[in-house]
Amino acid sequence: MEDTLKLGGREFHARFILGSGKYSLSLIEAAVQYAGAEIITLAVRRANTQEHENILDYIPKGVTLLPNTSGARNAQEAVRIARLARELGCGDFVKIEIMRDTKYLLPDNAETIKATEILAKEGFVVMPYMYPDLNAARDLVNAGAASVMPLAAPIGSNKGLATRDFIQILIDEIDLPVIVDAGIGRPSQACEAMEMGAAAVMCNTALATAGDLPAMAEAFRKAVEAGRSAYLSGLGRVLERGGAPSDTLTGFLHD
Amino acid sequence: MVTVNGKPVDAAGMTAAALVEAQGYACAQVAVERNEEIIPKAELGSTVIQDGDVVEIVRFVGGG
Repeated sequence: MEDTLKLGGREFHARFILGSGKYSLSLIEAAVQYAGAEIITLAVRRANTQEHENILDYIPKGVTLLPNTSGARNAQEAVRIARLARELGCGDFVKIEIMRDTKYLLPDNAETIKATEILAKEGFVVMPYMYPDLNAARDLVNAGAASVMPLAAPIGSNKGLATRDFIQILIDEIDLPVIVDAGIGRPSQACEAMEMGAAAVMCNTALATAGDLPAMAEAFRKAVEAGRSAYLSGLGRVLERGGAPSDTLTGFLHD
Repeated sequence: MVTVNGKPVDAAGMTAAALVEAQGYACAQVAVERNEEIIPKAELGSTVIQDGDVVEIVRFVGGG
């Protein structure tokens, strides 16, 4: 059976979701190609007259756009940004991102649940960025989310799977795709998230701050694919104590 | 006076489409909100901005 990621009635083959922030527009096409990405995130900002280039001109056709609501401090602002994003004419997908805290940029789960409920009713495919809390994740499921996007570590930190055990609980208990978002800094961390059973991984800063962005995008693609294959294969067990030979011990030396 | 993206602009009487173009953008690449209500793209050409309106013109940029 084909292994696909289902979101909002659509099926995706790629499980690496790409951010588009903090790097040159001219690198986006190469990033998408090397990442093998089918979904790319965007932000909505005031159009000010300093810069006129349209980011949409740089994104290859056929890539699904996932606007975020970054900048929103509560549910009402997130809903407003989501509606504007839809009016921009690029589909119904939205990544809810609501932050009250400006130091760690941690998401506000309670406001995120409220925004998810409103936007899901309006027909959006809602992908909420969240702090990995099982109760909040269940509320997001009930609110109509299409996935949950727990953070691995603070946004932009590249610190890896700081919330590993709590993400594992979501993977085990939540029936929606669990997409690990924020904080993943290295391909090995993306691979580990996929081995744990995450449905996908999303990265931005890990690529934007890498020495060679397209090459790092490729490294992440391979890591995500490897992790997915490992998860589907069923990881070998871990012995708490002792060892076990990987071949049958020959007895003849003792006979 | 009209507030456009937080700044005062002498735009009363202009259509929303003319205002977008005066700001240097094509209507196709922006979304416009007036007094926190979206003006649908098809109505940008026929919606006249009133004195005192608060207008937001937004577009997509890079983000994570």
